[in-house]
Amino acid sequence: MSTSEIIRTDHVVKVFTVDKKAHPVLKDVNLSIEKGEIFGIIGYSGAGKSTLVRCFNGIEKPTEGRIFFEGQNIVGLKARELRSIRRKIGMIFQQFNLMPSRTVFDNIALPLKHSGLSKQQINKRITELLQLVNLPDKRNAYPSQLSGGQKQRVAIARALVNHPKILLCDEATSALDPKTTKSILYLLKRLNKELGLTIVVITHEMSVVKEICQKVSVLDKGKIIEQGDVYSVFSNPQQELTQSFIETTSALSSVKTLIETNSPVVRLQPGQLLLKISYTTNSVSEPLISYISRTYNVDANIVFGDIQILNDNPLGGLIIILSGQKSTIDHALEYLIPKHVAIEVLNHG
Amino acid sequence: MDNLIQFFLPNVSQVMDEFYLSIAQTLQMVFLSGLISFVLSLFIGIALISTKKSGILENLFVFNFFDKVINLFRSIPFIILIAALIPLTRLISGTAVGVQGTIFPLIIGITPFFSRQIESAFNEVDEGLVESGIAMGLSPFQIIISVYLKEGISSIARVSTITIISLIGLTAIVGVVGGGGIGDFAIRYGYQQNQLDATYVSIIVLLIFVSIVQIIGTLISKKTTH
Repeated sequence: MSTSEIIRTDHVVKVFTVDKKAHPVLKDVNLSIEKGEIFGIIGYSGAGKSTLVRCFNGIEKPTEGRIFFEGQNIVGLKARELRSIRRKIGMIFQQFNLMPSRTVFDNIALPLKHSGLSKQQINKRITELLQLVNLPDKRNAYPSQLSGGQKQRVAIARALVNHPKILLCDEATSALDPKTTKSILYLLKRLNKELGLTIVVITHEMSVVKEICQKVSVLDKGKIIEQGDVYSVFSNPQQELTQSFIETTSALSSVKTLIETNSPVVRLQPGQLLLKISYTTNSVSEPLISYISRTYNVDANIVFGDIQILNDNPLGGLIIILSGQKSTIDHALEYLIPKHVAIEVLNHG
Repeated sequence: MDNLIQFFLPNVSQVMDEFYLSIAQTLQMVFLSGLISFVLSLFIGIALISTKKSGILENLFVFNFFDKVINLFRSIPFIILIAALIPLTRLISGTAVGVQGTIFPLIIGITPFFSRQIESAFNEVDEGLVESGIAMGLSPFQIIISVYLKEGISSIARVSTITIISLIGLTAIVGVVGGGGIGDFAIRYGYQQNQLDATYVSIIVLLIFVSIVQIIGTLISKKTTH
């Protein structure tokens, strides 16, 4: 075990028994989360994501296997010991779970009950946190007076009040509109950088993973089917489910519909070729398109493209129509193949 | 004023002292049995909510015990319960008649209903709040105080209003067995001596009681909802 590891699951199995029928929810989950990283766990609803994340802070107890928090197995700990672990683990939820009868201040102060801090210390800590989540003027507001994004900011402040090592986010942005989602993700990213906070993000949205995560695990029916750093999973997905997640965030997949509906955008003249060129590694810096058109005398018409920057590397690709003589097109393709780009011929003219 | 009372309440005006006393007795019965039952019901309600399946202190044995005992007592009509409790009432209160003899059966009569009401008030507290309390590292005791009780205040006020109003009804029933209070007054004068004004004035007094309780209850419930 490396010392920078904060959470590790070891053959975790969770079975729920309802009416004497066993429902396996987690089947042999092994993963390791390093300190300081933003780790995504993605899956459709019912995949077991929420159960898994609740195993991390002992809200759920695995049926089999071990969970290590900072090297200590937390499965089987006494309730009191588990509570002291939980104070080192912050958690936020899809529905925010703020106490409606308490002000923002009292909500954030709630985990400090019996912490032994003086009124002044509590006051100081909460002022800091409200500053940090950018809500300094809401301290006496009630949750019902806040917008969804503001509620989640308060929930984040509450989760951070005990200086946790790690923040668990259970679908934290799923109830928010896209703009608010962005701002919350930006805040999480900032907390990760400024405080060195480890963050675990549970989501069903690939866009969330793409926005902030460095590593990702894809969970399907209680099993991790793919994991790794986000770039390699995104650029080279092995599993069909992962591919389908990625397609939800890429405009390139829409080319299939265009071909099927015979859209004029992708209609080809005889001899033309419809290609999809996509990045597979992060080292592409050569001007490929202009090079092939200059050298091989082919015309490359960019129909559309979707290139995004992920962890400072380009990801995505272009849909292009190549036209020229058959032999020159073949030469161009031969040139492109070893260049670490994936080439897919979608249609012939 | 006196003339007016004599005109509208020809019979009651003859026994005004007794009438006032019966009002005081009803207040005393509602207040004492209501208060004791409220405390008991809070404890039973907390026991039910914490020991239920996947509750914070899951214990199905304790849950089933309270659950079944409540059902048992709720299935006994109050008037029969009073009779059944007489020996026990004598033992505890020293007497089975008068205000002193009614407090115990009133408590036994209302607490099962009250406990169920409190339980349902706790059930209205969002499970997510309890879960976030657990995730914060709060102990079960802290969750009971800071989540169930604090976040349930408004619902508790609402169900307590309903229960106190039922309790006012029960205090009238104990009149049948000579328990004192407005019910007793209405039965002795209004029913047994056929003095209609005694019956009507009793209704009006009870109506005023119920209205006051309802207004206070609604006020507390509103004040505690944010």
